[in-house]
Amino acid sequence: MDFVTSNFETIVFYAFAAMIVFASLRVITARNPVHAVLYLVLAFISSAGVWLLLEAEFLAIALVLVYVGAVMVLFLFVVMMLDINLVRLREGFWRWFPFGVVLAAIMVFEMVWVLGNRRTAETGAHLAKHAANYSNTKELGRLLYTDYAYPFEIAAVILLVAMVAAIALTLRRRKDAKSQDVSAQVAVKKADRLRIVTMQAERKDDQPN
Amino acid sequence: MMELLQTLENFGQNLLGPAWLPLWTIVKIMVIVLPIMGSVAYLTLAERKILGFMQVRPGPNRVGYWGLLQPLADGIKLLMKEIIIPSSANKFLFVAAPVLALAPALAAWAVVPFGDGMELANVNAGLLYILAMTSLGVYGIIIAGWASNSKYAFLGALRSAAQIVSYELAMGFALVCVLLAAQSMNLGDIVRGQQNGYGLLGWYFIPLFPMFVVYFIAGVAETNRAPFDLAEDEATIVAGFHTEYSGMGFALFFLAEYANMILIAALTSVMFLGGWLSPLDIAPFNKIPGLFWMLGKMSVMLFLFLWFRATFPRYRYDQLMRLGWKVFIPLTLVWLVVIATWMQTPYWLW
Repeated sequence: MDFVTSNFETIVFYAFAAMIVFASLRVITARNPVHAVLYLVLAFISSAGVWLLLEAEFLAIALVLVYVGAVMVLFLFVVMMLDINLVRLREGFWRWFPFGVVLAAIMVFEMVWVLGNRRTAETGAHLAKHAANYSNTKELGRLLYTDYAYPFEIAAVILLVAMVAAIALTLRRRKDAKSQDVSAQVAVKKADRLRIVTMQAERKDDQPN
Repeated sequence: MMELLQTLENFGQNLLGPAWLPLWTIVKIMVIVLPIMGSVAYLTLAERKILGFMQVRPGPNRVGYWGLLQPLADGIKLLMKEIIIPSSANKFLFVAAPVLALAPALAAWAVVPFGDGMELANVNAGLLYILAMTSLGVYGIIIAGWASNSKYAFLGALRSAAQIVSYELAMGFALVCVLLAAQSMNLGDIVRGQQNGYGLLGWYFIPLFPMFVVYFIAGVAETNRAPFDLAEDEATIVAGFHTEYSGMGFALFFLAEYANMILIAALTSVMFLGGWLSPLDIAPFNKIPGLFWMLGKMSVMLFLFLWFRATFPRYRYDQLMRLGWKVFIPLTLVWLVVIATWMQTPYWLW
C-alpha cells in the first residue's frame, strides 16, 4: 500500500504511457480505417492524461476539446464516408517500404538528438509543485499576450490565411443551385403576397347554369 | 451539517488511511449520479405529462396514481427486452456506443456546483472541462450510426456530427463571454462573481443576454432535442442513429439524452442565472438553502426544453446550419468584442 501511495504518480504515468504506445501502434496496424481513427482518439486522450500529471490542465483539456472533440470528429466523418479498398491500399507496400524505413530512421535520429542531449532536454530537472490556487491557464494567457505576443499573432494570421485559402479553393458557384434569401423572406409584407378584392355579393339567380 | 461531514471525514481518515479518499469519492459520486438517474426517469414522465397538457390530453395515467409509476414500468420493459445485434454490425463498437454516449454526460457533472462548495471537484479550468466533456458525447452517436451498418443510422450519425460541431463553436464563444465577465473558469467563482447584493440584478443574464439565449439554443441543439432533432428525424430517417438499437442499448441513449438536458439546464443556471444564489437578497429568500434555488432554476430551464418540443416544428437541415453558422457565430463574436470593451469602461457594473 505504501509503495502504491508513494509512487502513485509514476504508476499513473506508466499506465498512460503504455496506453499511448499501444494505441499509436494500433493506429498504423489496424485494418479498418475507422478503428485506426478511434485508436488515435485513445492516444490523444492518454496524452491529455500525461499532461494533467504535469499540471498543464489547460493544455490537457484543450487537447481533448480541440483534437478529440472537433478535429477527430471531422476525421471520423470523412473516413466513414470514404469507400476504401483495402487491397488497393496495400498494393505498393513493399515498393515504398525502404523509403518509409529511411524516413523513420531520420525521425528517430532527430528525436534522440534533441531528447538525449542534456542541453536541450533537462531530463533530470526537478519539477516544482505549484500551490492549489495556481492557475496554469492564467499563466499561459499572460505569457502568450506579453512575451510571445508577436509569434502568437503571426501564427494566428497564418492560420487565418490557410482557412481563407481552403475556403477559396473549394468554393464553387453552381449556376443551377437554388437558395433562399432569408432577409427577403423575413422582409415580406402582407401586401406583396395577398390582394384583397372587394366585390359585390352574388345573388342566387345570377349564377350561370 | 458541514461539521457533521467534517467529523465523518476525520473518522474515516483515521479508520482507513489512504484507502479512505477513493471510497469517500465514490460515495460522493453516488450521491450525485443516483439523483440524476432518478431525475432522468421522472423527466421522461414530466415530458409526457406536459406535452399531454399542452395538447389537451391527459398523458400517461394508467400506471400508479396519476401515472407516477410509468417511468418504472418503462424501465422494466426496456430491461426485459431482447437486445438485437444486426448480423452485419460491428459488434464491439455497436455495444460500446451507448456507453460512450452516456459516460461523458455523467462525467461532466463532476465540476457542477450545486451550492457554495457543494461540488465533487473544484477544478480551476472547470468551464473548459465542461466544454471538453460535452464535445465527447458526439462519439457515441457517430459510432452508433457507423457500427449499425444501416443507411438510416448512418445518415442520422452524419447529421448529428455536423450539427454538434457547428453549434459547439457558438457555445464555446458564449462561454468565453461568461469567462470574460467572471474572470475565472472555476464554476464556483463564476457564481460568486454574480453575487453583488442586488439579487438577480447581478446575474450575468443581464449583460450577457444575447449569449444566454445563444447558449441555451445551442444547448438544445447539442442535446439533439426538438426542434433540432434532425439526428433522429422519424419522418425521414426512421429513428436516426439508434434505429438498430433495442432494449437497454436504446435505453442508454435515452438516459444520455436526458442527462445531457439536465446538464445543460444546470450549466445555464450556473453561468447565467446565478447558480445557488437567491433572486432577492433579502431576509426570507436568502435564508433558503442554495440547493433549492439551484434545483428550481434547473427545473425552469428543463421546462423550456419541453415547451420548445411542444411548440416548434423541426428545422430543415439547411436552416439549422444557417442558424448556427450565419446567425449565432457572428452574433457571439460581436458580443465578445462588446463585452471586452464594456469591461474597460466604468459602466461595467457586474
